[in-house]
Amino acid sequence: MRGLIAILLLIIVALGFSQSLAEIPFGTPRAKIGRHYIEEGVRETGAVNIVTSVVVNYRGFDTLGEVTVLFIAAIGLGAVLTVSGGGETRKTHPASLVLHTGCRFLFPLILVFGSYIFIHGHLTPGGGFQGGAIIASGFLLMYLGCRERRISRVASNLAESLGGLVFLVMGLLGLLFGGFFLLNFLPKGTAHTLFSAGIIPIIYIAIGFKVGSELAGIIDNLIEES
Amino acid sequence: MIFIVSFLVLLMLVGAVAASVFRDLISAVIAAALVSLLAAILFYLLHAPDVAMAEAAIGAALTAAIFIIAISRTKRYEE
Repeated sequence: MRGLIAILLLIIVALGFSQSLAEIPFGTPRAKIGRHYIEEGVRETGAVNIVTSVVVNYRGFDTLGEVTVLFIAAIGLGAVLTVSGGGETRKTHPASLVLHTGCRFLFPLILVFGSYIFIHGHLTPGGGFQGGAIIASGFLLMYLGCRERRISRVASNLAESLGGLVFLVMGLLGLLFGGFFLLNFLPKGTAHTLFSAGIIPIIYIAIGFKVGSELAGIIDNLIEES
Repeated sequence: MIFIVSFLVLLMLVGAVAASVFRDLISAVIAAALVSLLAAILFYLLHAPDVAMAEAAIGAALTAAIFIIAISRTKRYEE
Protein backbone atom coordinates (compact mmCIF):
# COMPACT_ATOMS: atom_id res chain seq x y z
CA MET A 1 0.00 0.00 0.00
CA ARG A 2 2.73 2.43 0.98
CA GLY A 3 4.73 1.47 -2.10
CA LEU A 4 1.68 2.16 -4.28
CA ILE A 5 1.24 5.62 -2.74
CA ALA A 6 4.94 6.34 -3.22
CA ILE A 7 4.76 5.34 -6.89
CA LEU A 8 1.66 7.51 -7.40
CA LEU A 9 3.37 10.48 -5.78
CA LEU A 10 6.47 9.93 -7.91
CA ILE A 11 4.34 9.83 -11.08
CA ILE A 12 2.64 13.10 -10.08
CA VAL A 13 6.02 14.75 -9.42
CA ALA A 14 7.40 13.43 -12.72
CA LEU A 15 4.38 14.76 -14.61
CA GLY A 16 4.78 18.16 -12.99
CA PHE A 17 8.48 18.26 -13.83
CA SER A 18 7.97 17.18 -17.44
CA GLN A 19 5.22 19.76 -17.92
CA SER A 20 7.33 22.61 -16.57
CA LEU A 21 10.50 21.47 -18.35
CA ALA A 22 8.64 21.24 -21.66
CA GLU A 23 7.94 24.98 -21.35
CA ILE A 24 11.64 25.87 -21.31
CA PRO A 25 13.02 26.38 -24.82
CA PHE A 26 16.30 24.48 -24.52
CA GLY A 27 19.01 25.30 -27.04
CA THR A 28 17.88 28.81 -27.89
CA PRO A 29 20.25 31.41 -26.50
CA ARG A 30 18.48 33.50 -23.88
CA ALA A 31 21.39 35.44 -22.43
CA LYS A 32 23.68 37.61 -24.53
CA ILE A 33 26.72 36.92 -22.36
CA GLY A 34 27.30 33.43 -23.79
CA ARG A 35 27.53 34.74 -27.33
CA HIS A 36 29.90 37.46 -26.14
CA TYR A 37 32.24 34.85 -24.63
CA ILE A 38 32.24 32.80 -27.84
CA GLU A 39 32.79 35.74 -30.18
CA GLU A 40 35.14 37.91 -28.14
CA GLY A 41 36.72 35.41 -25.73
CA VAL A 42 39.84 34.64 -27.78
CA ARG A 43 40.51 38.31 -28.48
CA GLU A 44 39.90 39.48 -24.92
CA THR A 45 41.72 36.76 -22.99
CA GLY A 46 44.10 35.20 -25.53
CA ALA A 47 43.00 31.69 -24.50
CA VAL A 48 41.83 29.50 -27.40
CA ASN A 49 39.93 27.15 -25.07
CA ILE A 50 36.82 29.19 -24.25
CA VAL A 51 36.01 27.04 -21.21
CA THR A 52 39.35 28.00 -19.70
CA SER A 53 38.88 31.67 -20.52
CA VAL A 54 35.57 31.60 -18.66
CA VAL A 55 36.83 29.53 -15.71
CA VAL A 56 40.08 31.39 -15.07
CA ASN A 57 39.53 34.84 -16.54
CA TYR A 58 35.88 35.89 -16.66
CA ARG A 59 34.90 33.86 -13.59
CA GLY A 60 38.28 33.70 -11.88
CA PHE A 61 36.91 34.73 -8.52
CA ASP A 62 34.48 31.77 -8.53
CA THR A 63 37.41 29.47 -9.26
CA LEU A 64 39.27 30.90 -6.28
CA GLY A 65 36.23 30.01 -4.16
CA GLU A 66 36.13 26.51 -5.65
CA VAL A 67 39.80 25.94 -4.85
CA THR A 68 39.14 27.18 -1.31
CA VAL A 69 36.27 24.71 -0.88
CA LEU A 70 38.52 21.81 -1.94
CA PHE A 71 41.28 23.07 0.38
CA ILE A 72 38.91 23.20 3.37
CA ALA A 73 37.57 19.72 2.55
CA ALA A 74 41.10 18.29 2.42
CA ILE A 75 42.05 20.00 5.69
CA GLY A 76 38.89 18.78 7.40
CA LEU A 77 39.45 15.21 6.24
CA GLY A 78 43.07 15.33 7.40
CA ALA A 79 42.03 16.69 10.79
CA VAL A 80 39.35 14.04 11.27
CA LEU A 81 41.50 11.13 10.13
CA THR A 82 44.72 12.00 11.94
CA VAL A 83 43.11 12.84 15.28
CA SER A 84 43.42 9.24 16.44
CA GLY A 85 47.14 9.38 15.78
CA GLY A 86 49.35 6.38 15.09
CA GLY A 87 46.76 3.67 14.69
CA GLU A 88 47.91 0.10 14.20
CA THR A 89 49.52 -0.39 10.82
CA ARG A 90 47.65 -2.99 8.83
CA LYS A 91 49.39 -6.00 7.39
CA THR A 92 49.59 -5.56 3.63
CA HIS A 93 50.57 -8.11 1.08
CA PRO A 94 53.41 -6.98 -1.17
CA ALA A 95 52.29 -6.44 -4.74
CA SER A 96 53.19 -8.99 -7.38
CA LEU A 97 56.17 -8.33 -9.63
CA VAL A 98 54.01 -7.50 -12.66
CA LEU A 99 51.92 -4.98 -10.72
CA HIS A 100 54.96 -3.49 -9.03
CA THR A 101 56.90 -3.03 -12.27
CA GLY A 102 53.82 -1.79 -14.12
CA CYS A 103 53.17 0.85 -11.47
CA ARG A 104 56.74 2.08 -11.52
CA PHE A 105 56.61 2.25 -15.32
CA LEU A 106 53.21 3.96 -15.58
CA PHE A 107 53.61 6.44 -12.74
CA PRO A 108 55.94 8.93 -14.52
CA LEU A 109 53.86 8.67 -17.70
CA ILE A 110 50.70 9.58 -15.78
CA LEU A 111 52.52 12.49 -14.13
CA VAL A 112 53.70 13.78 -17.51
CA PHE A 113 50.20 13.42 -18.97
CA GLY A 114 48.63 15.31 -16.06
CA SER A 115 51.22 18.07 -16.31
CA TYR A 116 50.62 18.31 -20.06
CA ILE A 117 46.91 18.74 -19.42
CA PHE A 118 47.26 21.59 -16.97
CA ILE A 119 50.10 23.35 -18.77
CA HIS A 120 48.10 23.36 -22.03
CA GLY A 121 44.85 24.28 -20.29
CA HIS A 122 44.40 27.42 -22.37
CA LEU A 123 44.98 25.58 -25.67
CA THR A 124 43.42 22.13 -25.38
CA PRO A 125 40.54 20.72 -23.33
CA GLY A 126 41.30 20.29 -19.67
CA GLY A 127 43.03 22.43 -17.12
CA GLY A 128 44.18 22.61 -13.54
CA PHE A 129 41.39 20.57 -12.03
CA GLN A 130 41.52 17.79 -14.61
CA GLY A 131 45.31 17.63 -14.66
CA GLY A 132 45.43 17.63 -10.88
CA ALA A 133 42.91 14.78 -10.71
CA ILE A 134 44.96 12.76 -13.22
CA ILE A 135 48.13 13.33 -11.18
CA ALA A 136 46.28 12.24 -8.04
CA SER A 137 45.15 9.06 -9.82
CA GLY A 138 48.83 8.41 -10.60
CA PHE A 139 49.61 8.66 -6.88
CA LEU A 140 46.68 6.35 -6.19
CA LEU A 141 48.23 3.77 -8.53
CA MET A 142 51.52 4.18 -6.67
CA TYR A 143 49.82 3.59 -3.31
CA LEU A 144 48.15 0.46 -4.67
CA GLY A 145 51.20 -1.01 -6.38
CA CYS A 146 54.33 0.18 -4.57
CA ARG A 147 53.48 0.72 -0.92
CA GLU A 148 57.07 1.30 0.12
CA ARG A 149 57.34 4.51 -1.89
CA ARG A 150 55.65 7.48 -0.32
CA ILE A 151 55.58 11.14 -1.19
CA SER A 152 56.86 13.21 1.68
CA ARG A 153 54.27 15.24 3.53
CA VAL A 154 56.55 18.26 3.40
CA ALA A 155 56.77 18.26 -0.40
CA SER A 156 53.03 17.74 -0.75
CA ASN A 157 52.21 20.56 1.68
CA LEU A 158 54.76 22.80 -0.03
CA ALA A 159 53.19 22.22 -3.47
CA GLU A 160 49.71 22.84 -2.08
CA SER A 161 50.65 26.06 -0.27
CA LEU A 162 52.68 27.38 -3.20
CA GLY A 163 49.78 26.73 -5.57
CA GLY A 164 47.33 28.68 -3.44
CA LEU A 165 49.85 31.44 -2.84
CA VAL A 166 50.61 31.88 -6.57
CA PHE A 167 46.89 32.12 -7.35
CA LEU A 168 46.35 34.81 -4.70
CA VAL A 169 49.51 36.73 -5.60
CA MET A 170 48.51 36.82 -9.29
CA GLY A 171 45.13 38.21 -8.23
CA LEU A 172 46.72 40.85 -6.01
CA LEU A 173 49.21 41.81 -8.75
CA GLY A 174 46.20 42.43 -11.01
CA LEU A 175 44.82 44.68 -8.29
CA LEU A 176 48.15 46.49 -8.11
CA PHE A 177 48.70 47.01 -11.84
CA GLY A 178 45.19 47.45 -13.18
CA GLY A 179 42.93 48.13 -10.25
CA PHE A 180 40.96 44.85 -10.48
CA PHE A 181 41.46 41.62 -8.56
CA LEU A 182 42.59 38.81 -10.93
CA LEU A 183 42.98 41.22 -13.86
CA ASN A 184 44.85 39.69 -16.79
CA PHE A 185 47.70 42.19 -16.67
CA LEU A 186 50.34 40.21 -18.57
CA PRO A 187 50.63 40.53 -22.37
CA LYS A 188 48.26 38.22 -24.21
CA GLY A 189 50.78 37.08 -26.82
CA THR A 190 49.67 35.37 -30.00
CA ALA A 191 46.80 32.93 -29.65
CA HIS A 192 47.42 29.19 -30.29
CA THR A 193 50.91 29.34 -28.77
CA LEU A 194 52.02 28.01 -25.39
CA PHE A 195 53.18 31.40 -24.06
CA SER A 196 49.93 33.26 -24.52
CA ALA A 197 46.86 34.29 -22.56
CA GLY A 198 48.73 36.22 -19.86
CA ILE A 199 48.10 34.96 -16.35
CA ILE A 200 45.81 32.06 -17.36
CA PRO A 201 48.54 29.38 -17.75
CA ILE A 202 50.28 30.54 -14.56
CA ILE A 203 47.07 30.27 -12.55
CA TYR A 204 46.17 26.92 -14.10
CA ILE A 205 49.61 25.46 -13.31
CA ALA A 206 49.17 26.67 -9.72
CA ILE A 207 45.70 25.07 -9.57
CA GLY A 208 47.10 21.85 -11.03
CA PHE A 209 49.75 21.60 -8.31
CA LYS A 210 47.25 22.47 -5.62
CA VAL A 211 44.49 20.07 -6.72
CA GLY A 212 46.94 17.25 -7.40
CA SER A 213 48.63 17.49 -4.01
CA GLU A 214 45.29 17.90 -2.20
CA LEU A 215 43.63 14.87 -3.80
CA ALA A 216 46.80 12.79 -3.37
CA GLY A 217 46.91 13.93 0.26
CA ILE A 218 43.30 12.81 0.80
CA ILE A 219 44.13 9.34 -0.54
CA ASP A 220 47.32 9.28 1.51
CA ASN A 221 45.36 10.13 4.67
CA LEU A 222 42.76 7.47 3.97
CA ILE A 223 45.29 4.72 3.27
CA GLU A 224 47.67 5.66 6.07
CA GLU A 225 45.21 6.01 8.94
CA SER A 226 42.91 3.23 9.94
CA MET B 1 24.38 9.34 -32.77
CA ILE B 2 21.06 9.29 -30.95
CA PHE B 3 21.23 5.48 -30.81
CA ILE B 4 24.69 5.52 -29.22
CA VAL B 5 23.57 8.11 -26.68
CA SER B 6 20.40 6.20 -25.85
CA PHE B 7 22.37 2.96 -25.46
CA LEU B 8 24.82 4.68 -23.11
CA VAL B 9 22.02 6.20 -21.05
CA LEU B 10 20.31 2.79 -20.86
CA LEU B 11 23.56 1.21 -19.63
CA MET B 12 23.95 4.01 -17.09
CA LEU B 13 20.45 3.35 -15.77
CA VAL B 14 21.25 -0.36 -15.44
CA GLY B 15 24.47 0.50 -13.60
CA ALA B 16 22.70 2.93 -11.27
CA VAL B 17 19.97 0.41 -10.39
CA ALA B 18 22.60 -2.29 -9.87
CA ALA B 19 24.59 0.00 -7.58
CA SER B 20 21.56 0.46 -5.35
CA VAL B 21 20.44 -3.18 -5.44
CA PHE B 22 23.73 -5.07 -4.85
CA ARG B 23 24.28 -6.39 -1.33
CA ASP B 24 28.01 -6.77 -2.01
CA LEU B 25 29.31 -3.24 -1.55
CA ILE B 26 32.41 -3.77 -3.71
CA SER B 27 30.15 -4.70 -6.64
CA ALA B 28 27.99 -1.67 -5.90
CA VAL B 29 31.06 0.60 -6.04
CA ILE B 30 32.14 -0.97 -9.34
CA ALA B 31 28.64 -0.38 -10.74
CA ALA B 32 28.73 3.26 -9.58
CA ALA B 33 32.16 3.69 -11.20
CA LEU B 34 30.70 2.22 -14.40
CA VAL B 35 28.00 4.91 -14.33
CA SER B 36 30.72 7.59 -14.02
CA LEU B 37 32.76 6.08 -16.84
CA LEU B 38 29.75 5.93 -19.16
CA ALA B 39 28.88 9.49 -18.17
CA ALA B 40 32.41 10.51 -19.17
CA ILE B 41 31.99 8.87 -22.60
CA LEU B 42 28.62 10.59 -22.93
CA PHE B 43 30.13 13.99 -22.07
CA TYR B 44 32.81 13.39 -24.69
CA LEU B 45 30.24 12.50 -27.35
CA LEU B 46 28.25 15.62 -26.44
CA HIS B 47 31.36 17.80 -27.11
CA ALA B 48 32.30 18.54 -23.50
CA PRO B 49 35.81 17.04 -23.24
CA ASP B 50 36.71 19.23 -20.24
CA VAL B 51 33.93 17.74 -18.15
CA ALA B 52 34.59 14.26 -19.52
CA MET B 53 38.19 14.37 -18.27
CA ALA B 54 37.20 15.47 -14.78
CA GLU B 55 34.41 12.89 -14.63
CA ALA B 56 36.67 10.03 -15.72
CA ALA B 57 39.47 10.92 -13.30
CA ILE B 58 37.41 11.88 -10.26
CA GLY B 59 34.18 9.93 -10.71
CA ALA B 60 35.53 6.65 -12.01
CA ALA B 61 38.97 6.43 -10.39
CA LEU B 62 39.31 8.50 -7.22
CA THR B 63 35.76 8.18 -5.85
CA ALA B 64 35.72 4.43 -6.39
CA ALA B 65 39.14 4.13 -4.71
CA ILE B 66 38.00 6.14 -1.69
CA PHE B 67 34.84 4.03 -1.39
CA ILE B 68 36.84 0.80 -1.62
CA ILE B 69 39.30 2.00 1.03
CA ALA B 70 36.34 2.84 3.28
CA ILE B 71 34.78 -0.59 2.67
CA SER B 72 38.05 -2.35 3.43
CA ARG B 73 38.05 -0.58 6.81
CA THR B 74 34.44 -1.59 7.60
CA LYS B 75 32.25 -4.41 6.28
CA ARG B 76 31.93 -5.75 2.78
CA TYR B 77 28.33 -6.98 2.83
CA GLU B 78 25.22 -4.99 3.53
CA GLU B 79 22.92 -6.53 6.10
